[in-house]
Amino acid sequence: MARETVYFDKQPKITAVSTIAGQKEKSGPISEFIDEFMDDDRFNEDTFEKAECKMLSHIIGKVVEKKNLPLGEVDALIAGDLLNQIISSSFAARNYSFPYIGVYSACSTMSESMIIGSLLLNGGHMENVICATGSHFSTAERQYRYPLELGSTRPPQSQWTVTGAGACLLSNNEEDIDYPKIVSATFGKVIDYGVTDANNMGAAMAPACADTIVTHLKNTKTKPTDYNLIVTGDLGVLGSRIVKDLVWEKGYDMNSNHVDCGEMIYNICEEEFQGGSGAGCSAVVFNSFFYKKLLQKRYDRILFLATGALLSSVSSQQGESIPCISHAVEIKR
Amino acid sequence: MSDIIIDFLMAFLVGGAICAIAQVLINLTKLTAGKILVYFLLAGVLLQAFGVYEYLVNIGGAGATVPISGFGYLLANGAIKGAKEGLFGALTGGISAAAMGISAAIVFGYFFALIFKPKSKKN
Amino acid sequence: MKTKTKNNQNYLEYVSNIMPKTNEFQKIFRAFWVGGFICCIGQALRLLYQSVFSLSGDELAGFVSMTMIFLGALFTGIGIYDRIGKYAGGGSIVPITGFANSVVSPAMEFKSEGFIYGLASKMFVIAGPIIVFGTVASVLVGLGYYIYFMVV
Repeated sequence: MARETVYFDKQPKITAVSTIAGQKEKSGPISEFIDEFMDDDRFNEDTFEKAECKMLSHIIGKVVEKKNLPLGEVDALIAGDLLNQIISSSFAARNYSFPYIGVYSACSTMSESMIIGSLLLNGGHMENVICATGSHFSTAERQYRYPLELGSTRPPQSQWTVTGAGACLLSNNEEDIDYPKIVSATFGKVIDYGVTDANNMGAAMAPACADTIVTHLKNTKTKPTDYNLIVTGDLGVLGSRIVKDLVWEKGYDMNSNHVDCGEMIYNICEEEFQGGSGAGCSAVVFNSFFYKKLLQKRYDRILFLATGALLSSVSSQQGESIPCISHAVEIKR
Repeated sequence: MSDIIIDFLMAFLVGGAICAIAQVLINLTKLTAGKILVYFLLAGVLLQAFGVYEYLVNIGGAGATVPISGFGYLLANGAIKGAKEGLFGALTGGISAAAMGISAAIVFGYFFALIFKPKSKKN
Repeated sequence: MKTKTKNNQNYLEYVSNIMPKTNEFQKIFRAFWVGGFICCIGQALRLLYQSVFSLSGDELAGFVSMTMIFLGALFTGIGIYDRIGKYAGGGSIVPITGFANSVVSPAMEFKSEGFIYGLASKMFVIAGPIIVFGTVASVLVGLGYYIYFMVV
């Protein structure tokens, strides 16, 4: 058996979720599933960076509150974000007194933190772990692209960084078995097919995503149709088209049950942009829409793959292509 | 009166054409805003170094001076005028001619940045 | 370091084939009319300063570009210039107002890191190269002509 895939015999459960997003997400198709919205993108702070940190801090508090868990019962917080030195997550963790594991995996942070959390729970080391991540349009624009007020055009292959954050609480001690369970996971490899256009994230990330999907299907000896849905993180319309093609080339057909969080969060006009992106994209969509559908038993087996582009503004200025990664988490009812 | 209308028309056509060329370059090469500005500035300097941009200014008026290539024209023109006076003029002429533009950009830039905050976008 | 296999090349070709196509003609037209319109504002200012303040020559050109830079900075500050830029592309980048936009927008953005290392030092993140290359080119032209005048 190949070692990319790990199986969780204790099946850690996702017992609570919390999400927050901005006003653009509020007008999107899945807004009714998102817990809260910020009235303005600054969230009553004076900078966007502080707002991003406050969003994360806010949802971490909410997810604990929802589960009525005493703060001392939280064994670890696993969080990451897109800013340099993951300041938003680390600064949000400063407001809490539980152990903090900072992770960076760009936009695939949500599934990476879920895998690490599940490993900790499955090994019996911990009981309650919070996984959280988020992103903010205005901080990501500044870090990766241009100042907000610069009159630049967005090419149609570009994606829109989601302003939002999502957190989930993984627990082992739950008597109640009626929660979605994480049963297995596949770690992704860093894959780079030489795409250099930093606006075309979908095309850069699709090969990494396709590779992880195929690896997971092979290792678990399943077919795409064994899952209700294969949910990718933030490939957008273009990237989704590519990933379906790439997976098909490997002999699997997921045309009928693939969805992409980036395609779901906004009303997309393909001539302008391809959908949402950013760590917050998969975090918000998974922890709102998909979690609720899993709870309602609308779905009973999904494969969730957040996808991340591991570039920095320095690497793209030096002409490097974009290495990407995607981690898969299999969730069952 | 008709002279004024023709002036405006020429300004529109020449200025529009320069911007359209920039857009063609953006379409073809995916150049970013900063690079486009530098290339057009250098094009203006180069054309005026051979005395060509002058003709465009005579035809198009503001249509040729308002684009950033007109700034390059100003620089080159200043340098050439300075060079007639001597080495000192040759070295300082360009920047002296452009001093108005640069100080306006810095002063207005400073004050407007003090007053306003960047706004987040929704589309 | 980078190993580009045949496979990668095929992939990149495939991607460029399915990339969404922009309406290039429409973009060029928008750049044309917005750029032309901005230049007409410049022309109107010229006319105004000429007839009302009876300015001429370098003075006239200087005050016109100063006013244009003022307008560019103002529209950036109130958050309109980026909208124009989204519509017009090259039509709003190339005029001198676009230069003002490229000065003011990072200055506003980095104000949060303080006035000296934020606002003032980041002011020229995008526009700095224009001053650098402009100065270098003008000095080269000046020297060239200086030598030319000496020889002739």
